[in-house]
Amino acid sequence: MNTPVDIATESITLRIDDKDVSCRKGETVLQVARENGIDIPTLCYMEGLTVWGGCRLCMVEIAGSPKLQAACATVCTEGMIISTQSPRLENYRRMIVELLFAERNHVCSVCVSNGHCELQTMAVKLGIDHVRFAYRFPHLEVDNSHDRMRMDHNRCILCTRCVRVCAEIEGAHTKDIKGRGVLAAIIHDLDQNWGESSTCTSCGKCVNICPTGALTHRGTAVGEMTKKTTFLPYLTLMREAQP
Amino acid sequence: MKPEELTAMAEKVRKQDAHFSHHIHVCTESGCVSSQSDVLLKNITDEVQQRGLKGKVCVKGVGCMGLCCNGPLLKADDTMYQFVKPEDAGAIVDSLTSTPVVELVCDTKQPFFARQKLIVRENAGHIDPESIADCVAHGAYRALLKVLTSMTPQQVIAEVSESGLRGRGGAGFPTGLKWSTVSKAGGKTKYVICNGDEGDPGAFMDRSVMEGDPHRVLEGMAIGAYAVGAGQGIIYVRAEYPLAVKRLTRAINQARREGLLGHGLFGSNFDFNVEIRLGAGAFVCGEETALIASVEGKRGMPRPRPPYPANSGLHGCPTLINNVETFANIPAIMERGGKWFATIGTEKSKGTKIFALTGKIKNTGLIEVPMGIPLREIIYDIAGGIPDGKAFKAVQTGGPSGGCIPAEHLDITVDYESLTKLGSIMGSGGMIVMDETSNMVDVARFFMEFCMTESCGKCVPCRVGTYEMHELLDRICKRQATMADLNLLKELCDMVKQTSLCGLGQSAPNPVLSTLRYFENEYLKLIQSSPASHAGDGDHHVALEVLS
Repeated sequence: MNTPVDIATESITLRIDDKDVSCRKGETVLQVARENGIDIPTLCYMEGLTVWGGCRLCMVEIAGSPKLQAACATVCTEGMIISTQSPRLENYRRMIVELLFAERNHVCSVCVSNGHCELQTMAVKLGIDHVRFAYRFPHLEVDNSHDRMRMDHNRCILCTRCVRVCAEIEGAHTKDIKGRGVLAAIIHDLDQNWGESSTCTSCGKCVNICPTGALTHRGTAVGEMTKKTTFLPYLTLMREAQP
Repeated sequence: MKPEELTAMAEKVRKQDAHFSHHIHVCTESGCVSSQSDVLLKNITDEVQQRGLKGKVCVKGVGCMGLCCNGPLLKADDTMYQFVKPEDAGAIVDSLTSTPVVELVCDTKQPFFARQKLIVRENAGHIDPESIADCVAHGAYRALLKVLTSMTPQQVIAEVSESGLRGRGGAGFPTGLKWSTVSKAGGKTKYVICNGDEGDPGAFMDRSVMEGDPHRVLEGMAIGAYAVGAGQGIIYVRAEYPLAVKRLTRAINQARREGLLGHGLFGSNFDFNVEIRLGAGAFVCGEETALIASVEGKRGMPRPRPPYPANSGLHGCPTLINNVETFANIPAIMERGGKWFATIGTEKSKGTKIFALTGKIKNTGLIEVPMGIPLREIIYDIAGGIPDGKAFKAVQTGGPSGGCIPAEHLDITVDYESLTKLGSIMGSGGMIVMDETSNMVDVARFFMEFCMTESCGKCVPCRVGTYEMHELLDRICKRQATMADLNLLKELCDMVKQTSLCGLGQSAPNPVLSTLRYFENEYLKLIQSSPASHAGDGDHHVALEVLS
């Protein structure tokens, strides 16, 4: 005999941006919004990894709650009324992205990720044409010690996607964070050069998941784009040698 | 330990004490030890020995007596002495049988002592924190005995709820409600954590409680564990409090040896153990989820709530986290009842609160006062007012998460609600008093620098926002700012407050917002006197000079 499914406890209905939507129990606001084609900006969120809640771009307003909530970390409840867009939220989001640009040296024109960078795209989407905050211009290193990959701390936004994918998916936990505040930085093993890491499996997941030009494959930098013209004399010589 | 053994232990010490005709108590907490009270204690013990008075004079090291600025403090029978140097030991011992040493006498009738109401600190100054027998003789573990032999966990929670006790760590969440949430949470394993990660600049209440009466904290935790159904307790103390760590470790070992921690306490089937975890001194580890991460051996960073620790805390188990002072209130509530506790304080803020008085006041030190006491009474009567004939300007409460209260609001009562209304918070109990010479923008910059360096770096608004706010405040202080900078600062304050992940970031703008609220003219004065704010004129002049 079929047992009737208790729809009331298994599914939840809520309203996001004046659109009535439904979801399964346990889903987050961000998941449900994206399923329904409602775009909430994020930088640290990555489907398949644990929720971090650090970029704060997905903050949404929930009716009846005095505080803004991060959509990625908020589980839907019955009857929630959520707005993902408002002049206030947009202003906050713009400021957060401006802060990220001011924090480190994000120079798009000379970046390997120019044109396919999530931070750059986000800035364009939010209409950021200038940064009001004082740039920090920190002196940061480029870790060039790994034979296949490269870490440029100048472009890192500390979203920790690389840390999470390395620990949760690859299971290596080569990467972690050191330091506090603006001095926090991604490290390898016990803060040693990436190339000297004994735990890194060189799987490259971190490179593929990095939203900016902080993690890249070697050979993709502008300076590495060298042309090999030496073939020409040989070919000419060979042609001349032919009868 | 069996119930009758506790009474026997107390009786034994009381009988020993009856043989003494004189008592000398020397403060042995960090403040007084830093001015050689440890040497003083040794000298007095030697002097007593030399005079052959060992069986007649009881000499012991005790907890804080409050008036830290006049330390080392010492109590010989009923006379309190201040500024006692190690070489005064002989004179003090002699005074027991003759007249007091007049030049060192500290008046215990002054308002500093007379206006206080001691609950948490009732035994500080009387007991030797390093001797469990002495603590038991003064009533330690009596409340635990009562709870375990005559109350159900539900009754304990009901009693705490009735008392109206609210968390002393800062936010003031009702303790009874928290306990009942943890007790209702499912799961076999539960934990009790005592948050001793006191990190506000100018606050040392929790340190004093842990150093002066460690058994009271353990007893409060044990009662909490019984109420919520936990078997393991953890005290998280910062490593910067070595004396507190030493005393707590000693207290735990003694309690374990006497059977006051461990299996089947007082013949019941309740087991409870406590261990200490040392914090490496990160301010953010006072935030409960960051503290739990730190205890788990991870990097001390907060995570989004919910789930709250009451449902999913340490190792994913329901966890009760309370502040040191909150736990230290529990034995008194259990012994004298929630009703009695609720008679002290205001309608919504019950009981007493310990404050650490620092800054431009005559009497700096620790006080315990009933909630609802007028702020003026604390500043002018208890603290003795502002020295050198200067005028009072503001008092900063709640540390880097709090705000400043100016002179026009001196008549407010000190409780959770009225402090919040003024844009400050109760916080853990630090009070920093400032006089007319203090620059309020500089005060805001100081606290912002603290938040900037203590931000864990997880969320962008706090990590970069505090840096940029500090940068703007620094520019204002250095007279390099314009009105546009001030407006940007205000906008940034709002954003950081609204979007940060944890309490550190959400409250980091408070010192700026509250100084802006009451002392905006100081900001404006600095900006108006800055050459940058007349930059338009300046550029013009340069251009003209170049032309000529």
